[in-house]
Amino acid sequence: MEPFPLIEFKNVTKRFDGRTVLDNVNLRIYEGQITTIIGLSGAGKSVLLKHIIGLIQPDEGTVCLRGKPLLGVRKKDIADTVKQMSYMFQGNALFDSMTVYENIALPLQETTDLSREEIDRRVRTRIEQTELGDSADKFPSELSGGMQKRAALARALVTDPRIVLFDEPTSGQDPVRKNAILSMIAQYQRRFGFTAILVSHEIPDVYFISNRILALYDRTIVFQGAPEDLEKFDHPFMDEVIHSLEGLQEELTGLHSRRQFKVLYQSQMKRKALDQFYVLVVFTLEGLDAIASGMGHEAAQEAIRCMGLAIEKHFGPIGGVSTRLGINEFITMLPYSDMAEAEAILNNFAADIQREDIVNILNGARRRGGEGQCVEIGIKAGLAQGRPTVEVGPVMNAAVEQQKEIARLRCIPDW
Amino acid sequence: MRRLLMLFTEPFAFLGRGTIQYVGSMGASAIFLVLALLKAFRKKQLPKIVQQLYYIGARSTLIILLVGLFTGMVLGLQSYHALVQFGAQGALGTLVALSLVRELGPVLTAIMITARAGSATTAEIGSLRISEQIDALDTMRVDPLRYLISPRITASIISFPLLTAVFDIIGILGGYISGVLLLGANAGTYLYRVQASVEMKDITDGFIKAIVFAVIVSTVCCFEGYFTHMRTDSHGAKAVGLSTTSAVVLSCVLILIADYVVTSILI
Repeated sequence: MEPFPLIEFKNVTKRFDGRTVLDNVNLRIYEGQITTIIGLSGAGKSVLLKHIIGLIQPDEGTVCLRGKPLLGVRKKDIADTVKQMSYMFQGNALFDSMTVYENIALPLQETTDLSREEIDRRVRTRIEQTELGDSADKFPSELSGGMQKRAALARALVTDPRIVLFDEPTSGQDPVRKNAILSMIAQYQRRFGFTAILVSHEIPDVYFISNRILALYDRTIVFQGAPEDLEKFDHPFMDEVIHSLEGLQEELTGLHSRRQFKVLYQSQMKRKALDQFYVLVVFTLEGLDAIASGMGHEAAQEAIRCMGLAIEKHFGPIGGVSTRLGINEFITMLPYSDMAEAEAILNNFAADIQREDIVNILNGARRRGGEGQCVEIGIKAGLAQGRPTVEVGPVMNAAVEQQKEIARLRCIPDW
Repeated sequence: MRRLLMLFTEPFAFLGRGTIQYVGSMGASAIFLVLALLKAFRKKQLPKIVQQLYYIGARSTLIILLVGLFTGMVLGLQSYHALVQFGAQGALGTLVALSLVRELGPVLTAIMITARAGSATTAEIGSLRISEQIDALDTMRVDPLRYLISPRITASIISFPLLTAVFDIIGILGGYISGVLLLGANAGTYLYRVQASVEMKDITDGFIKAIVFAVIVSTVCCFEGYFTHMRTDSHGAKAVGLSTTSAVVLSCVLILIADYVVTSILI
């Protein structure tokens, strides 16, 4: 049975000066999940978000929160409902004449009757949780882009909202920072348990953290469901929006995009005789959370990037086709190898990665993270053999089951 | 034929559009002012009003002292040379004091505060608007009218009469310096004329004007900044610049118009 939606749009239509921006929109957002709204610029994503937070009322239809319509209820009830929400702006919208501490304290000072001590305690807690301890007395202009995002997030979370809306939180950031921000949102969502609603163009990066995707196209929602289901969705939205945004390469790692991987996989399978084999290798980078908490999210994303580079360096020249499978998972197809040859290649890779690449991965993380923290990372790999007649899913699962550790770099106290 | 008809009707349409726009913005400003004033009595407003009193009032004192002093001095200088031709230099104190208390004090104080604090208010609120900081207040359930506008208007209403009083006193002193100390008019006559000619009505009328100017300046400057994003002629930083310019120009023009209207009512 489908769970009860936290937010539901029922046939919502909105017009501005006679121009229809949202047309008969129906959508459901569930509690405790990360839901991402994808659509072209000017498609009405921000208008949709503003309906959720109550800044805009629909011309037709109903917006319901926990089954209760927002329209037609008393103003106080709307205020009580909206009190559960926070909004993080694309440009952070931090008050530039206030310090980070003052920015975070402002909503508590202005909207609650809490004592000064209690406000201070709550603000300090959020500052620590968002790793802004050294920047509390700095002004926003003195912070890096990532730190500003964290300050905006701390301000959004200080009132303990149940729902946080993020309007393009990664715009204008480089690939490492983009993924660091997304990973930070995912981490805090897990830690604080809020419902996150994102507007983002970062495909496929948002797939790794989202539970649900909403596709806004031609003024209405044309798809809502899991990221895996979106890949099977047959609609002009896929060509006009998703594929154009996705590109051929994954921005962070430089590996093939998942779509490109699929295309290459299918073309290889067509060329093969039905009894010929191919091999899939699935890699997992372990210790990413330790890097994120010890060195920061950007360091963790740099480690992922270096891992992607190492895989491409070894498997690219021998015809391997690689892509990123999950936050810390990668997959490589060796179309011309049988199991014995693939094992030899993997052993060779394992020796190289233990000797050199794993150090590079940690070095990369350290460059981004600043301080040389004592962290431990590991790399696991597993092989499985498949044929063109067999579905790729079971082969991939078999490779995951076969995974064993091929490299580990333990604590480095004095780098 | 149709083009000819349009040529005839277009001036009327232009006039009509302008009038509707003007009346509309006057109405919007009035609502803006009333809402901001009502919110002045909410909780937690006092520290913000005190902060604005410091910025609009206390920090304008030096410039008011300077302008007041030199206005009084030049008034004393010019008036002395004019009066001496009729042998009426004894009326110098009356002329300086009444000119300052009734007209120059409230008007010049308002214009100086417009230049110093009014323009900064428009620029600050306009910048907050274009960088989405006012929208951020909305989403945090912090009422921007209560948080940003109400303290500024309230502080202006308190500051303007006080600064006008400072201007008047220092202006009279300026007249004394140039008329008595530099040009040799009789000190006792000057001070006696000041005391004898200025009545309580002159002082209260000056304060009434100062309050009217405070309402005009603070409303115009806050309104222009708050609605910077609604400008159709420009966007972003340029819109903030244009809003600041129009706030200052409009405030000064309205001060002079209001001065005439209030004077004709009070006289």
